[in-house]
Amino acid sequence: MSERDFNQTCPLPIGSYPTVLLAHGGGGRLMQQLIDQVFAPAFSNPALDARHDAALVAAGGARLALTTDSYVVKPLFFPGGDIGSLAINGTVNDLAMAGARPLALSAGFILEEGFAIDTLTRVVASMRAAAAEAGVHIVTGDTKVVDRGKGDGLFINTAGIGIIEHELTIGPAGVRPGDTVVLSGDLGRHGIAIMATREGLAFESTIESDCAPLVSPVLDLIAAGVAVHCLRDLTRGGLASALNEIATAGGCGISIDERAIPVREDVRGACELLGFDPLYVANEGRFVAFVPADQAARALDVLRRHDVSSGAVVMGTVTQDPSKLVTMKTRIGASRVVDMLSGEQLPRIC
Amino acid sequence: MKYVDEYRDAEASQRLLGAIRATVTRPWTIMEICGGQTHAIVKFGLDELLPDTITLVHGPGCPVCVTAAETVDEAIELAGRPDVTFCSFGDMLRVPGSRLDLLSVKAAGGDVRIVYSPMDAVTLARRHPERQVVFFAVGFETTAPANAMAAYQAKREELRNFSLLVSHVLVPPAIEAILSSPANQVQGFLAAGHVCTVMGYTEYEPIAQSYGVPIVVTGFEPVDILQGLYMCVRQLETGRAEVENQYSRVVSREGNLPAQRIMREVFEIVDRNWRGIGVIPRSGFALRAEYRDFDAERRFALSPAPALTASPCIAGQVLQGVKRPHDCPAFGTACTPERPLGAPMVSSEGACAAYYRHRRSRPRA
Repeated sequence: MSERDFNQTCPLPIGSYPTVLLAHGGGGRLMQQLIDQVFAPAFSNPALDARHDAALVAAGGARLALTTDSYVVKPLFFPGGDIGSLAINGTVNDLAMAGARPLALSAGFILEEGFAIDTLTRVVASMRAAAAEAGVHIVTGDTKVVDRGKGDGLFINTAGIGIIEHELTIGPAGVRPGDTVVLSGDLGRHGIAIMATREGLAFESTIESDCAPLVSPVLDLIAAGVAVHCLRDLTRGGLASALNEIATAGGCGISIDERAIPVREDVRGACELLGFDPLYVANEGRFVAFVPADQAARALDVLRRHDVSSGAVVMGTVTQDPSKLVTMKTRIGASRVVDMLSGEQLPRIC
Repeated sequence: MKYVDEYRDAEASQRLLGAIRATVTRPWTIMEICGGQTHAIVKFGLDELLPDTITLVHGPGCPVCVTAAETVDEAIELAGRPDVTFCSFGDMLRVPGSRLDLLSVKAAGGDVRIVYSPMDAVTLARRHPERQVVFFAVGFETTAPANAMAAYQAKREELRNFSLLVSHVLVPPAIEAILSSPANQVQGFLAAGHVCTVMGYTEYEPIAQSYGVPIVVTGFEPVDILQGLYMCVRQLETGRAEVENQYSRVVSREGNLPAQRIMREVFEIVDRNWRGIGVIPRSGFALRAEYRDFDAERRFALSPAPALTASPCIAGQVLQGVKRPHDCPAFGTACTPERPLGAPMVSSEGACAAYYRHRRSRPRA
């Protein structure tokens, strides 16, 4: 065969997209880029720049935590939850990740013309139950309606305010080399539950979302005197994205052990089938805690007393690594970098 | 999990590594064909654990990477048409054509749908007779049987609104092209396990013989790859050049005969343009005359225009195994998964994406 021309057909690159893509909502690198390039510079201030799940705001002598989240999950109802319970727990959990006790929530509804009121009632009932379980009230709200075809059924926004009743400052800046990374339970249930419902996949036993409030174990941890340095709940982008965000914001490296990471057998099977890596699959009732190494055992004790974190394990350490990478020791003894997700694995997961 | 956990077993892996180390007496360069194998190697860190004397080189085994840019441009043109519902596997959505990618077309309002099977596209066509449904039939021999079945089914049902944009590529001609290149350094191959599940491995026997290279049909888990490497190294050290089958739990010598029958019924072998390599004679599939009605290129009167070039991307050399991802000056800096300069950084099976996602040695932007 004759000589070929190499590289002749490589095209010009697409440098940046002038329009929003679904991937911008994925919780991965593209979303970070959008935030870094559009929102953060425009709104910059110390509270925002801390880039934690909830912002800390001083009021009188108190420290308050403030957070907001919007919910566009599709389908609206799935095993283990629905858009309503997600809307409550997601926001409550963001407050908990700042170590705050939730005080109150707001709920804004964007309804599409033609949406069944029966369905809305179901969602609202679910929100009431979730709020009761989380020990919080919805104290204010808003309702908007858009034309048929402009709103895909129902979108919900919740915002939450909480109060910090301890002296710790919990956030990525508090992470220290040598800290132990504790994971509160097994990964991947929420993302797979959504995927299974969307694709009409049936498994031997239904995989349910792990959607749940995380307030009790967190407040217990703090009350037990554990010097919690950082907390992060694992949502879009999974464990890998959360750890990468913290490594970048905290300026450190994180090293984790694949064999220590719990994934349920049926979730693992579903991930294999669908081509997903459990490290990147969304959760809605899991978090990581960064604590001093000598307090890890006590942290595990406290967490395991709560149902939602009964499967808590130690799975990593914070290193001195200046390149801010998350590395993982694989089960066969080699190591690899666990990168941030580039686009999205699954759109509209929460 | 059965058939997975045993092949990720740490002890078995270590035993095989020991066997490889004990057998190797001089440097060898081995190429794994399939992008899925590349990913497994980097994801489990196998190349870190192998002795330095073994150089692993990544082959053109990602169909997304080798799809001609002209074809991507055709896909983009089709997807932009208001009457077309364009269906594709997810991987193809971010591959750049000359100017755009399918994701941009979708964001601009094009009806682009991700499907997990070509039969989903057939179902869409059946349910929406008012739409022209096109399926992007990309891939090696692995995906060809399902795509053939989609065409076969559409013909049986006399669907008037279903067509395929076909860009299938075949492995054996690619191996021959690599081996006949003057720059070739590859001395042994791990053949793609799932391609061989469909095709068997009789086609590789004349290649092994005439070029004097061992070819081991290999699976995708760490133990599979280590075992395949061990078998390959064992041949190289004893001067043998045969086809062996490591992936025997799935692959038989003749392959999947019903699958091959449906492929022969629907497809014929044609010359194919490989991105970054050029035209390799008789290296692709196109629809046979009896199925030409389902050819999207014909139905929509597409004429592939030569794609624009000029980019620092060295995809061609990476795909042929002449260079590795981190040899590229743009790797990890100008070229990242968010701003890819070429297809190997886009596809989840692409060598550059695999390196970027799992490697330690990339510069942090």
